[in-house]
Amino acid sequence: MSAPLPDAGAKAPAPRASGGRKVVPVAAAAETEQSLYEVRRKIYPRAVRGGFARWRWALVFATQIVFYGVPWLTWGGRQAVLFDLQARQFHIFGLVLWPQDFIYLAILLVISAFSLFLFTAVAGRLWCGYACPQTVYTEIFLWVERRIEGDRAARMKLDASKGARKVLLKGAKHAVWVAIALWTGFTFVGYFTPIRELARSSLALSYGPWETFWVLFYGFATYGNAGWMREQVCKYMCPYARFQSAMFDRDTLVITYDPARGEPRGGRSRSADPRALGLGDCVDCGICVQVCPTGIDIRNGLQYECIGCAACIDGCDQVMEKMGYPKGLIRYSTENALEKGWGGGAILRQVLRPRVLVYSAVLAAIVAATGAALWARSPIKMDVIRDRGSLAREVDDRHIENVYRLQIMNTEEQAHRFTLSVEGSAHLGHVELLTDAREPFFEIAPLATREVAVRVQAVPHDREGSQPITFELVTSDRGGREIHVHEKSRFIVPSGTLHPGRSDR
Amino acid sequence: MSDFTSGFWSYYIAALTLGGIAFCAFILVRMSKRRVSGDPDKTGHVWDEDLDEYNNPLPRWWVWLFWITIAFGLGYLWIYPGLGSWGGASHWSSRGQYEQEVKAAEAEYGPLYQKFAAVDIATLAGDPQARAVGHRLFLTYCTQCHASDARGGKGFPNLTDDDWLFGGSPETIQTTIMEGRNGVMPPFGPALGPEGVLDTANYVRSLSGLPHDAARAERGKKNFATYCVACHGADAKGNQAVGAPNLTDQIWLFGPSEATIVETITNGRNIVMPAHKDFLGEARVHLLAAYVYGLSHPELQRRVAEAK
Repeated sequence: MSAPLPDAGAKAPAPRASGGRKVVPVAAAAETEQSLYEVRRKIYPRAVRGGFARWRWALVFATQIVFYGVPWLTWGGRQAVLFDLQARQFHIFGLVLWPQDFIYLAILLVISAFSLFLFTAVAGRLWCGYACPQTVYTEIFLWVERRIEGDRAARMKLDASKGARKVLLKGAKHAVWVAIALWTGFTFVGYFTPIRELARSSLALSYGPWETFWVLFYGFATYGNAGWMREQVCKYMCPYARFQSAMFDRDTLVITYDPARGEPRGGRSRSADPRALGLGDCVDCGICVQVCPTGIDIRNGLQYECIGCAACIDGCDQVMEKMGYPKGLIRYSTENALEKGWGGGAILRQVLRPRVLVYSAVLAAIVAATGAALWARSPIKMDVIRDRGSLAREVDDRHIENVYRLQIMNTEEQAHRFTLSVEGSAHLGHVELLTDAREPFFEIAPLATREVAVRVQAVPHDREGSQPITFELVTSDRGGREIHVHEKSRFIVPSGTLHPGRSDR
Repeated sequence: MSDFTSGFWSYYIAALTLGGIAFCAFILVRMSKRRVSGDPDKTGHVWDEDLDEYNNPLPRWWVWLFWITIAFGLGYLWIYPGLGSWGGASHWSSRGQYEQEVKAAEAEYGPLYQKFAAVDIATLAGDPQARAVGHRLFLTYCTQCHASDARGGKGFPNLTDDDWLFGGSPETIQTTIMEGRNGVMPPFGPALGPEGVLDTANYVRSLSGLPHDAARAERGKKNFATYCVACHGADAKGNQAVGAPNLTDQIWLFGPSEATIVETITNGRNIVMPAHKDFLGEARVHLLAAYVYGLSHPELQRRVAEAK
C-alpha cells in the first residue's frame, strides 16, 4: 500500500453485513472494462437536523446577510462599500484606498491564508464545511430543491419519473435558482457600481455592456456551481481541497467514524443486545452516506472528498439516539485520540501545540502590524518628479536653480491646505523653494491630485554634482494633528559653475 | 501582406496549427473510447515493488472542456489573424484598431479644438479651459526643453519673462511653434584671440552691470563695435529679426558667468526650436501659443484665477 495519506482508506472495500438490508450505493460495482473518465453519479443529499446543521445555517445567514446587505449601506452620503474601478478609489466606510494601497490587499490575502492554516490545523476543513461560498450557496440551492421536489427519496423518484409533474417541479426549481443567482450577480456588481443606480437600471432594463456581462457571468457561476456542479467543484476544481492535507497532523480535529466502537456493523432490532449478536454500535443504516453532500462513506476513513460539513455526525447522532446508544459514533476527533482512546480533555490539550501557536503568533503579528500601518497611513501622498530635460539653471552669479514637479495626492474625502518647504545638504548652502503661487499655502480638493511646479534655488560653494535634498509637506488632519510628508530627491549643480567667479564676486 | 519570404511558410504554419488541433481532437476521441481492464481502484502502476497508485480518473465533463477549447480555438482562428497570412474574417489588425481609436478621439476632441481655434490667441490666454488644455499640451510637448515651470534652461529660453528672442506677439509665438526657429551666433574665437575674447566678455558683463575688469571692458568695447553690433545692435539691445538677444537686461540664455560668455564668443552658439506644424497640427499649436502668451502676461492669468 501507499504511504498513509489522509485518503488512504478511501477505496478500501467496505465490510458488509451478511443480511444487507439496505444496499447503499457507495461505489459503482467493479467492472472489468472501464472508461478512463469518471461518469458523475448524481448525489441526493438527505436533509439533516442537529447541532452542526444549525451552525451551518447560522453561517449561511451570517455570510449572506453581509454579502447581500453591505452594498445597500450608506456612509456620509455615498455607498459605504464601493470599489470604484473607473476612479480607482476603493471606499470602505470611512476609508478610501487607492491603487497605491495595493499592499493592503496583499496583506489581506496573507491574513486570510494564515487564518485558513490556523483553522485547518486546529479543526480541519472548517472553512469548506461551513463558510465557503460553494458550501453556502449549495446549501441554499439544496434548500430550494428540497422545498420544491421533496427530500432525497422523493427527488430520486422524481428524477426516475416522466411527465408534466416533473417538468413543472423542475421548472419551478430552476426559476427560483435563476432568481437567486441573478440577485447574487446583481449584488456582486453592486460592489463595483453604485447599487441604487444599478437597481434603477435593472427596472428599466438598461444595463451597460459590462454590467450585463458581470451580472450574467456571476449569476451563471452561482447557478452552475451551486445548482449543477456542487461537489464536483470541491473534488476536481478547488486547489485548497487538495493541499489541505499538508496542514493536517495527527492532532487535527477531523470528522471520524470510530471503528473500534462501530464494527462489526450490522442491522439489528432495537431491543436486541448487540454484544450478544457480536455486533458493534453501527447499525449500518446508511444515513451517514445519504446525508453526505459529496457522496462518500465516512466509515471508510478520512477522504479527500470530505469537506468537513459534519452532516454525517448529525445524521448518526439521531440514529444513535433512537437506538438508545451513546452519541458520537461519528464525531470530531483526532488521529491520535482514536488511536490512544483519548477523551475530549486530552484532545483539547493538544490544540495548544507548537504548529497552532506559531500560526496564531504570525497571524496576530500581521494583524497588529496592518492595524498600525493603517492607523499611521498618511492621507497625503507626494511624488517628486525632477525635470529631466533641464538639469539646472544659473540664475545669477550665486544661485543655481533646479525645477521639480510635485504630484500631491489627497486620498481623503476632506480638503487639505498644505505648505511646502525644502532642505538640502550643507554643500548647497541656503536652499529655498519658490513657486508661482500668490499665497504661502496650497489647497487640495478631496480625493484630488494636484501638481505643483516648484523651483529650488541653492547657493552651492564647494561641491558640484548631485546632492540630496528633501521636500517637506505640512498639513493637518481633521483633529488638528500636524502631518508631515517627506520625499527625497536630488539637486544638481552643473560642473563648471563653481569657478572662482561664483564665490569671489 | 506577410513578412514571410515565400508563400510556403504561411501554409506551413497554418498546417502546423490546424494539425496540432486535429491531433488534440484525435487523442480526445481515442481516449474517450478506450477501455481498461483490471482493478478499477488502481492505475496498475507499481513502484518499489509494492507502492501502487490509486486511480483518480478525470470526470467526464472535464473532457467537454477540452472540446470547448478546441471549438474556441477554431473560432478564434477563423475570426482573427492567426493562420499564417490569413487575415481572419473580421479583418482585425492592431493598426486598424489604433486608427479607429484615433478617429474616435478626433471625433470627441475635434469640436473642442474647433471651438478654441475660432478664438484669437490673446483672448484664449484668459480662458481657463483653454489654459488647462494648453498646460497639458505644454507638459507633454514643451517641458523637455523649457522645463515644467516654463522658465527654460541653459540654451532654452525662459517663456515667463516677456523677454523674447524672436518676438512675443501672439502671432509671432504661433509662428515660432509652427515653423520652429534657428538662432546662430558665429564663433569669434579665431578673429579675436583668447585675450580679445576675454576683453569682449568683460564688456558684455559691464552692459548689464555685472562685476567686470574695467580695463578689459574698455578694450572689449572696440571689439564689440567691430564684430557684434551687426546682430546685437549698437545699443546691444539685440535684434528679434535674427534672434539676437538683448545683452543689457540681465536675462541670459546660456548664463552670465565670465567662463560661459567666453565660451559663447569663442565657439559661437546654435539654438534650434523644432517645427511643430506637422507634428501637432494648427489647432493644438493655437492653444499652445495662447498658453505661452499667457505665461508672460500675468494680467491674463489673474483673469483665469478670478474666473476660478
